[in-house]
Amino acid sequence: MRHVMFAIGVWLGLTASGLSALEIEERKRYPGTSDAILRILSTADLAAFEPIILRFQTERPDIAIDYVVASSADVFAAIKDGEDFDLVISSAMDLQFQLANDGLAKPYISDATSALPTWARWRDLVFAFTSEPAVTVISTARFAGLRLPTTRQELIAVLRENPERFAGAIGTYDVRVSGLGYLFATQEARSSDAFWRLSEVMGRLNPQLYCCSGQMIDDVSQGRLAIAYNVLGSYAAQRLEAPEAQGMQILELEDYANVMLRTALIASTSDAEAAAGAFLDVLLREGLREDRGQWVLPPLRSQADDDALSFGPIRLGPALMVYLDPLNRRAFVESWESAMEQQN
Amino acid sequence: MTPSGSIGRRLTVLLACVAALLSVLSWSMVSSFARQAAERTQDNILAASATTIAEALRSEGDEIRLELPYAAFSMLGAISQDRVFYHVDVDGQTLTGYSDLAPDLETPAPGQISFGTVTYRQATLRMVSITRVVLAGADPVPVTVSVAQTRDGISAIATDLSRTAALLCVAFFVLAVVLSAFVARSSLNQLTTVAEAVARRGPSDLRPLRDRAPTELAPLIQSLNRFIDRLGTSLRRSEEFITEAAHRVRTPLATVRAQAEVALHSARGDEEKGRLRRMIRAIDESSRSAGQLLDHATVAFRADSLAHDAIDLAVIARTVTSALEPTAEMKDIAIELASETVIVRGDGVLLESALRNVVDNAIKYSSPDTTVRIGVSADGAQAQVRVVDEGPGLGAGPFDRFTERFHRGDNAEGVVGSGLGLTIANEVLVAHGGHIVLAQNEEGRGACVTLCLPLASGLA
Repeated sequence: MRHVMFAIGVWLGLTASGLSALEIEERKRYPGTSDAILRILSTADLAAFEPIILRFQTERPDIAIDYVVASSADVFAAIKDGEDFDLVISSAMDLQFQLANDGLAKPYISDATSALPTWARWRDLVFAFTSEPAVTVISTARFAGLRLPTTRQELIAVLRENPERFAGAIGTYDVRVSGLGYLFATQEARSSDAFWRLSEVMGRLNPQLYCCSGQMIDDVSQGRLAIAYNVLGSYAAQRLEAPEAQGMQILELEDYANVMLRTALIASTSDAEAAAGAFLDVLLREGLREDRGQWVLPPLRSQADDDALSFGPIRLGPALMVYLDPLNRRAFVESWESAMEQQN
Repeated sequence: MTPSGSIGRRLTVLLACVAALLSVLSWSMVSSFARQAAERTQDNILAASATTIAEALRSEGDEIRLELPYAAFSMLGAISQDRVFYHVDVDGQTLTGYSDLAPDLETPAPGQISFGTVTYRQATLRMVSITRVVLAGADPVPVTVSVAQTRDGISAIATDLSRTAALLCVAFFVLAVVLSAFVARSSLNQLTTVAEAVARRGPSDLRPLRDRAPTELAPLIQSLNRFIDRLGTSLRRSEEFITEAAHRVRTPLATVRAQAEVALHSARGDEEKGRLRRMIRAIDESSRSAGQLLDHATVAFRADSLAHDAIDLAVIARTVTSALEPTAEMKDIAIELASETVIVRGDGVLLESALRNVVDNAIKYSSPDTTVRIGVSADGAQAQVRVVDEGPGLGAGPFDRFTERFHRGDNAEGVVGSGLGLTIANEVLVAHGGHIVLAQNEEGRGACVTLCLPLASGLA
């Protein structure tokens, strides 16, 4: 239970101090031709994000960029504690929303922000630049001889009928650690009762819990997992293009799919708003591009044709704060733990 | 007369001012209603949200549990993108939410909803609080749920509605100005009608105005009628005065001349006879001048209120000829009259006086043993009376000067005259819409004076 309380403390900053130590996963400086420096705190891997940084620097070579990667919870906590960053990029849209709602974001208006659809921005404070679905990645070998499920009901049935095949080979987010995993889980629980039944079934099969999509996909490709549930579609698509991804495929579940918006905001403590705004414009133009370019992150739209995605992305609004409430979080995590940790 | 502004414009401006005032008033009212409606909508949604949260409160053993309902917050995001803050307080202790949210706001009694406007994190919030009593173990505990939201959304709605209302009010104002101008014009039309009725009248028409007029114009029309009445009286008086003066001057002069004639017959010495002849000539001159001055006054008076009688110029010519024949005979001058019936419209007295003055002039300037010819004819739509003499003629230079008052020809030395004759004739003809043509006699020496008048239409 202790780690749950710890997470609550980090997420809402309700406890006093001592928790703001930012655990930096990656950091890289891109020198510019002038003294101007733009500090970006982001959840996106450097490998995925570097192309956009380089593109920005071809437009604005004068601005140096200090790019820091951390987990979504750490990103939130750092900004909450007033750490000095200009642009905050995160896949946890609920936490980004909370930062803006609590007055920790600066408004920004430009042609690019005005071009965004209304669902992709909130109060000129939070701006979405990608929409990314949660997908399920499976190991083709482990599913050999089975009919591939197309809905969650069928997935539950397949898992139930083949416990020996899937025991210990199901990976999903640890919602206590991963902000994105928590967001996906809560939104899924809200939209379908299949989530809890699936969790029950997974819980009986000794599921492996992960912090991040990348590791889950790695383990599927190396055969340690048969199925990785709720991984980021953009990461999965990127990995599937690689030659060593022969044994993997994305399982198309047609009943519904959660679509997350990757968002950016300018921190209220920023003193380099102009540079942050310029970078934001580049991000948004990239997100609004019509053709599928070379960049790894998916665009903001162009997925409207897909039936499962037609519910639209998770809505950027105050409802996101509901599951951030410590009481709700505690209740949800308790339910999730009792479902997932039946054998522990 | 210099106009002192326009009633129509003043009326339009005043009505437009009223319309502008009403427009501004209605705009501010609509704006304030719109704001109130938007605020009430937000209050209702906040109350619904707080109630939904309060309903979700439950107790487990001694502990109060709460799972925030998703709908409680999603409804707040449905209409606007306002920032949301909340706080759940259990008997003075924060259960969840923003613990520093408006701590001094009074908590409502159980079952009651309170509304308030607070400032929190540099933003103005509308806050709704609701208190519900929940059993924790055996003890009833009051739990207060507060939900607050910024007011940007309703401000945007109110501003939007206010702008629409402003546009509508401007449109109403423009319409009102156009209608005001129309109303002012149509009201003043009554005045124009009266003015036209007065303007349409003939010069001698001094009857009072009888047209129907609005009540407001009655005083003006009454004054106008009284003025017309006074004018008529005054004109009648001058006419009487002129007639009276003519008699008073001419009669004594005639007596004096008769006495002088008698004295001339009984006079013995040539010197005495010569003096008396000069006296008679002077009396003649005075009598003539007095007659012409009175003629001129009569013309000035009668021309202002010209009669439109049918007049036969032949009759006029005969009258004048027979009246002047004795004078002509005295100078051995013959008068030849060639006339046909020519009808014109006008004042017989004036036309006669005009012709008499012209013929008189002709006789006066003619040498003895000559002939003065008078011809009356119609030429197209014009009546002509031509008087031709065999006198010295009009001399050189422009002839217009003969019609100027008191102007006499260069060769008039030694002839009795006042210079009024042709002036009188010209004024009479101009008053009748005609004119006078002065020319040299085409058949030799002498002058030719032609009086031209329009023929009476409809009468042959």
